[in-house]
Amino acid sequence: MMKYVDEYRDGKIAKTLAAVIAAEVRPDSEYHFMEFCGGHTHAISRYGLEDLLPPNVRMIHGPGCPVCVLPISRIDLAIELSRRPEVTLCTYGDLMRVPGSQGSSLMKAKAEGADIRMVYSTLDAVRIAEAEPNREVVFFAIGFETTTPPTALALRFAREKGLTNFAIFCNHVLTPAAVQNILDSPDVKELGNVRIDGFVGPAHVSTVIGAGAFRVFAREFKKPVVVAGFEPLDVMQSILMLIRQVNDGRHEVENQYIRAVTEDGNAKAQAAIAEFFELRDSFEWRGLGEVPNSALRLRPQFANFDAEKRFDLVTKPAKDNPACECGAILRGVKRPRDCKLFGTVCTPDNPMGSCMVSSEGACAAHWTYGRFREKAARQEAAE
Amino acid sequence: MSKSYRRKLDLKNGRVDLSHGAGGRAMAQLIEDIFHNAFDNDWLRAGNDQSAFDVPAGRMVMTTDGYVVSPLFFPGGDIGSLAVHGTINDIAMAGAKPLYLSASFIIEEGFPLGDLDRIARSMGEASRAAAVPVITGDTKVVERGKADGLFISTAGVGIVPAGLNFSSNAARPGDVVLISGSIGDHGVAVMSKRENLDFETEILSDSAALHGLVADMVAAGGAGIRVLRDPTRGGLAATLNELANQSDIGFQIDEDALIVKPQVAAACEFLGLDPLNVANEGKLVAIVAPEVAEAVLAAMRADPLGAESARIGFAVVDPQHFVEMRTSFGGGRIVDWLSGEQLPRIC
Repeated sequence: MMKYVDEYRDGKIAKTLAAVIAAEVRPDSEYHFMEFCGGHTHAISRYGLEDLLPPNVRMIHGPGCPVCVLPISRIDLAIELSRRPEVTLCTYGDLMRVPGSQGSSLMKAKAEGADIRMVYSTLDAVRIAEAEPNREVVFFAIGFETTTPPTALALRFAREKGLTNFAIFCNHVLTPAAVQNILDSPDVKELGNVRIDGFVGPAHVSTVIGAGAFRVFAREFKKPVVVAGFEPLDVMQSILMLIRQVNDGRHEVENQYIRAVTEDGNAKAQAAIAEFFELRDSFEWRGLGEVPNSALRLRPQFANFDAEKRFDLVTKPAKDNPACECGAILRGVKRPRDCKLFGTVCTPDNPMGSCMVSSEGACAAHWTYGRFREKAARQEAAE
Repeated sequence: MSKSYRRKLDLKNGRVDLSHGAGGRAMAQLIEDIFHNAFDNDWLRAGNDQSAFDVPAGRMVMTTDGYVVSPLFFPGGDIGSLAVHGTINDIAMAGAKPLYLSASFIIEEGFPLGDLDRIARSMGEASRAAAVPVITGDTKVVERGKADGLFISTAGVGIVPAGLNFSSNAARPGDVVLISGSIGDHGVAVMSKRENLDFETEILSDSAALHGLVADMVAAGGAGIRVLRDPTRGGLAATLNELANQSDIGFQIDEDALIVKPQVAAACEFLGLDPLNVANEGKLVAIVAPEVAEAVLAAMRADPLGAESARIGFAVVDPQHFVEMRTSFGGGRIVDWLSGEQLPRIC
């Protein structure tokens, strides 16, 4: 047994919770909840959670997978950077296979001779810069509020050590801006393509920014939000809490993940972020397009650490494969199987779109864990 | 050449240099002092470029394998013992009795002679314990930077008992899936010593020669055993997916029946891995006819290498070849191959 983990994966408790959920849903109502985070998408698929929910509770996978929302233009810039002979690009492994323009990827650039190294932490990149003073070491920084503090700490270390050959390629993005963008989108507001009755709020992101950051959505958009942990029982309990809010006509921010998340979040982490980063006016998200005030860049006084400035990187427009539905899937308008490429030319071994690359992406999660549900559905239809 | 004039190999501080691969006296000394000592048999001492042996009647199997594991030494084994176990297991999965091995060493200039000696001796011990001698070999030295320390390439031959024809396309719907113990031990043990991970764990690699276990299983189940496979790279998930494709079936497995040691589960948790995808080097998966399942399982459990054997699922009709798993949580999911390469050089 793994203490403090297995308790949240207990199948017996899951059965009990499933029975409570089944008893409390109104049979004549539909419940459409979006789990924002890829971590929740992964947990739902990995543990087969949908099998434990009544058919009128539908989970919509949100855009909270940092790899998935990174636009092609940023991958292209990273590849361009890695091809400079003086540059060593350090990256997390799951970015290696994300497709850039014209079938390129960091994996292919590496095979062609680019010095790209997979690291497990930002500090590994700092260590490489320290050990190899003749290389220009660039860390490919991506992720939501959860991964931003470690990048800030790496910058702090680099500054303390006086490193002049370390920089970051900053792609850090902000969760609340994306949630707002979805709620403001025509799909949700006017067209009604996407019905969202509530949100399963982020786990790790909320440990940094606090549950309070989501109050504005409960208040202005009248949507319930339940901040939830990443274990399957956390997700089930939060779904029950959302169902109860909907049944009661409430729209509040509730915190299911009280063992880690506070109202105001982690002040130290927030201070580390604020020390180095400032808001970008706008940033491109795959699927959502340009989203105002949705991402961070380095403050001007840290230009030396900013790969975009140091190497004069200029974003060139890049287009997704026109048949790829990642955009619509990330907005919750379509499901993976609605995409013509899904499972034909686009599979985890040969991903066309970003949702198929990361295990937290909606398409990869569905491919890896969920496809047999379609088989069961087809068999039922045939009988 | 008189022995008294020859300086001994400096196993403490000496390193392999290009002369050790040049075909001269230095190479002869390296082979004699390290490899002949370690493997200690008359075939090698005869000093031929090949070895002759009698061929028994019946069907033989032959296999070949390359070893590039990093690091070379890991908890519970090293590249030498791994090469012996891995090659023996590939032969044994045909139900065969392994007879002889070959080993070829590709060594990077600068490799410590002491490490080479340690690896060769570990290989010799593994081969003696398994009673499968290394009867021919080769040594090459490449310049610094052209190989990462040491690569070992092996071959092996064995003889298949009459009446057995295990094959990966032989599994049928209704067959029972057995596994000989816990999963993920080897991969986690190797990863715990990787330069940029380096975490503390008590997990040892499960690296072991399984031909004894296989012989017991064959005695109990005979031709009722359809196929045996050792779930190495890609773990149990890759093995079951391969078999599902090759036999044109699907599998239904039960997560509660799988054994994952707590340390392996913990390491996988923080590395973001699924134990189903992590390599094993001393486990086997058996797909057996339902009527022999109990007897084969009992034979497995009677062997120390199979003491924790379990029935984990069964084969089903499925033209899509899905491996489905009932999770401990109560839901269902697919167990897919791993995409890309998360753990390069695990064996």
